[in-house]
Amino acid sequence: MPLPFEQLAAIRLGFGLSPQNNIPTDPAGLARSVSASGPEQDSITLDQVRQWHREGQLLSRDARNGTKDQQKADRSHRQNMRALFNTAVLRRFARAVDDPTGFGERLVWFWSDHFTVSGGSVYFNLMSDAFVQDAIRPHLTGRFADMMFAAETHPAMLRYLDQTSSIGPNSVLARQKPDKPGGLNENLAREMIELHSMGVGAEYTQADVEQLARLLTGLTYNPRQNTVFRARRAEPGADTVLGESYGGDGKASLGDIRAVIENLATQDATARHIARKMAVHFISDTPPDALIDRLAQVFRDTDGDLAAMNLALAESPELEQGFRTKMRQPFEFLVASMRSLGMTGAQVDGLKPAALRRHLLEPMAIMGQPWAAPDGPDGWSEAAEDWASPQGIAMRINWAMTSPSDLLAELPDPRNLLRDCLGDTASEAVTWAIPRAESRTEGVALVLASADFNRR
Amino acid sequence: MLTRRLFLKSTALIGCSAAASPLMSSAAFASAPGENRLVVIILRGAMDGIDAFQPYGDRNLADLRKTLSLGPDHGATDLDGFFALHPGLSDLMPLWQAGQMAFAPAVSTPYRDKRSHFDGQNMLEAGTGTDLHLDDQQDGWLNRMLQAMPGQTSETAYSVGVEKMLILQGAAKAKSWTPDATLALSSQAERLLMRMYHDDPLFREASEQALEIVSGLQTGPDPDKPQEEHIELARFAADRLNRDTRIASFSMAGWDTHSGQAGSLKRNLGRLADTILTLKQDLGRNWDTTTVMAMTEFGRTARENGAAGTDHGTGGAMLVAGGAVRGGQVMGEWPGLGESDLYDGRDLMPLRDIRAYAAWAMHAKFGIDKTLLEGSIFPDLDMGSDPRMLA
Repeated sequence: MPLPFEQLAAIRLGFGLSPQNNIPTDPAGLARSVSASGPEQDSITLDQVRQWHREGQLLSRDARNGTKDQQKADRSHRQNMRALFNTAVLRRFARAVDDPTGFGERLVWFWSDHFTVSGGSVYFNLMSDAFVQDAIRPHLTGRFADMMFAAETHPAMLRYLDQTSSIGPNSVLARQKPDKPGGLNENLAREMIELHSMGVGAEYTQADVEQLARLLTGLTYNPRQNTVFRARRAEPGADTVLGESYGGDGKASLGDIRAVIENLATQDATARHIARKMAVHFISDTPPDALIDRLAQVFRDTDGDLAAMNLALAESPELEQGFRTKMRQPFEFLVASMRSLGMTGAQVDGLKPAALRRHLLEPMAIMGQPWAAPDGPDGWSEAAEDWASPQGIAMRINWAMTSPSDLLAELPDPRNLLRDCLGDTASEAVTWAIPRAESRTEGVALVLASADFNRR
Repeated sequence: MLTRRLFLKSTALIGCSAAASPLMSSAAFASAPGENRLVVIILRGAMDGIDAFQPYGDRNLADLRKTLSLGPDHGATDLDGFFALHPGLSDLMPLWQAGQMAFAPAVSTPYRDKRSHFDGQNMLEAGTGTDLHLDDQQDGWLNRMLQAMPGQTSETAYSVGVEKMLILQGAAKAKSWTPDATLALSSQAERLLMRMYHDDPLFREASEQALEIVSGLQTGPDPDKPQEEHIELARFAADRLNRDTRIASFSMAGWDTHSGQAGSLKRNLGRLADTILTLKQDLGRNWDTTTVMAMTEFGRTARENGAAGTDHGTGGAMLVAGGAVRGGQVMGEWPGLGESDLYDGRDLMPLRDIRAYAAWAMHAKFGIDKTLLEGSIFPDLDMGSDPRMLA
């Protein structure tokens, strides 16, 4: 018997079923639901982070060898920043818990991972949240080229991929200060082609990377300046990327960078690279070629219209194949668990900092996914084996045993939980085991620790 | 993907978070005027009463039990020439001899037939009859009794731990306490997990080591404090009962012995005996006014199954102990184990509603009116005649 679309959609494309959500029953409705995942109303903005960063730099400078009051002011500023970051992280969980399907918030996660940036200092932690708000959320149903431009030119990315240290060797700045160390840094240019657009197997050369790196000079982040482009850092002259020449005439500008991104974003290789990544993330670690071909075709036909891609994914007959061959990543596991337990986003928002650490961030790190800190710019692994390590599974079991009763006033009946979160999809072994648990606590733990629940 | 360094760090972190995490079982406390004390222990998972109190004088027992419940010739201690005490409970023999321990061999709640742990425990703690839908059982009988007690203060009740005690939930205020002990995944839960993971190669492969990591947490990060959870619960309960608290309740898991019952039941009965003896020791003179009732959601099949265990049944046993108890006696009748004696042809026939014992104890020791007991506290209960459980 085929599964009802809403169960298939919620489990494969969303964060799973929940006792209260109201999932669209057809692909078009599901694709439309993504528009609810736009930027947060009063989210942290880039300008704010810039301002806070500047204030923080000044406070830290004063605190060094400063008075007790100055040191206190510095500490209290940092504390405020950490509190803001906690709130922002809770929002990420809360929106995913509240999203009726979870498809929109899964896409937020997917694209934030495609354009990986990491935090680090408290300001760059905040910046990494602003990145999601500024570069990812506004473009979930827009053009890929626009998302790519927003991502590549965002301070979080500029800093993460070392663009802030790339200076044209013949730029005004280099000529004015010849003793200052610096020069080209190819990191961003390389990842723009290799990871973010065409993919490592595509037909481009080292020369393309070098030329792109020269073209990108001028992009930088400085909290004292409210622009990301400084012409005086830019290498003069034309640069040729993939056979197209940019920036030959006049002053270097952000316009040239937009133009090259526009070109990269609409390459055939990019269509195929993005199609494959979406198929791998949402459908299977080894997706069928037919699916990749179809998604790539949609990408090409629409010049990278992500709304069309979302719909194509929702309409894929492959949703039914390879059911539960993917593992839920730790973030997904935690969100899916809280949804299944009937928690609301408001309850998640209300978690105290200690609870955020104990129930979400620490477990997530032990499961292998420390918040905003993947190993490299290629983001989180997709392979199920990587998430099914003994210590990862031990942590999932441990979480399932202890956290639900701390998070909830009352645990659900495990049989209701089973029905609410697995619908018609529970395997025989799980259906058999749950009523045999000795207590509610263990029954709830078994549902959430089951392979059924941990896969999608 | 995980480096060895991260693995070690992670393992250590699990250890730490387990120290902070609450427990499987729970305790609940209430204070009340007077000197009488009531402790209710919920045995989650359905204790096999036939094995705990072995009716070796019943000629049908040997046919039903091939490797279990073999009577005084196999380590059990004779009690009265008909019943013998399971070796796991042998530490309680002095209490039996001193007239401070008794048991009812064939009791049950009004719950019948579906034999679900969750429903059975709900009904046991809610104290209701079959007329109320299980989902509507939102408060427990100890709480309703509190509401009926004159002079009960706002400082009265504790409800503790991961396993929320429905028995003390309700309108009367309750406080909670979680002992600083460690997490325990019951062997039943481990078995069910292994079964669920069996068909999934990734999970099957990882699960053995994963369960080792989880069970490694059970010893706790602090080797100087190896105190077991049930002892912690009993210590804390006794400490409170020595002050203003008069009613305490907690639960112990691990009684669902579908296979290998000989080992696991002995271990759990030993824990129960330790718990009772810890209460006695720490209560000191207050033990004289204390009644401990150990209740379980239902009994187990009269016949041993193919895995040297027993399955979910109906009639079960209740154990009572304390200085306030008229001990050294078997309470109520024995239904027999003949084919036609059994409930549904498989389970021990319950002869009395377990709530009647609780109601009589509350009537005798806390002066609760019988109409209240048969009305709002235990809806539709017929208390029947006094079982003379208390001294």
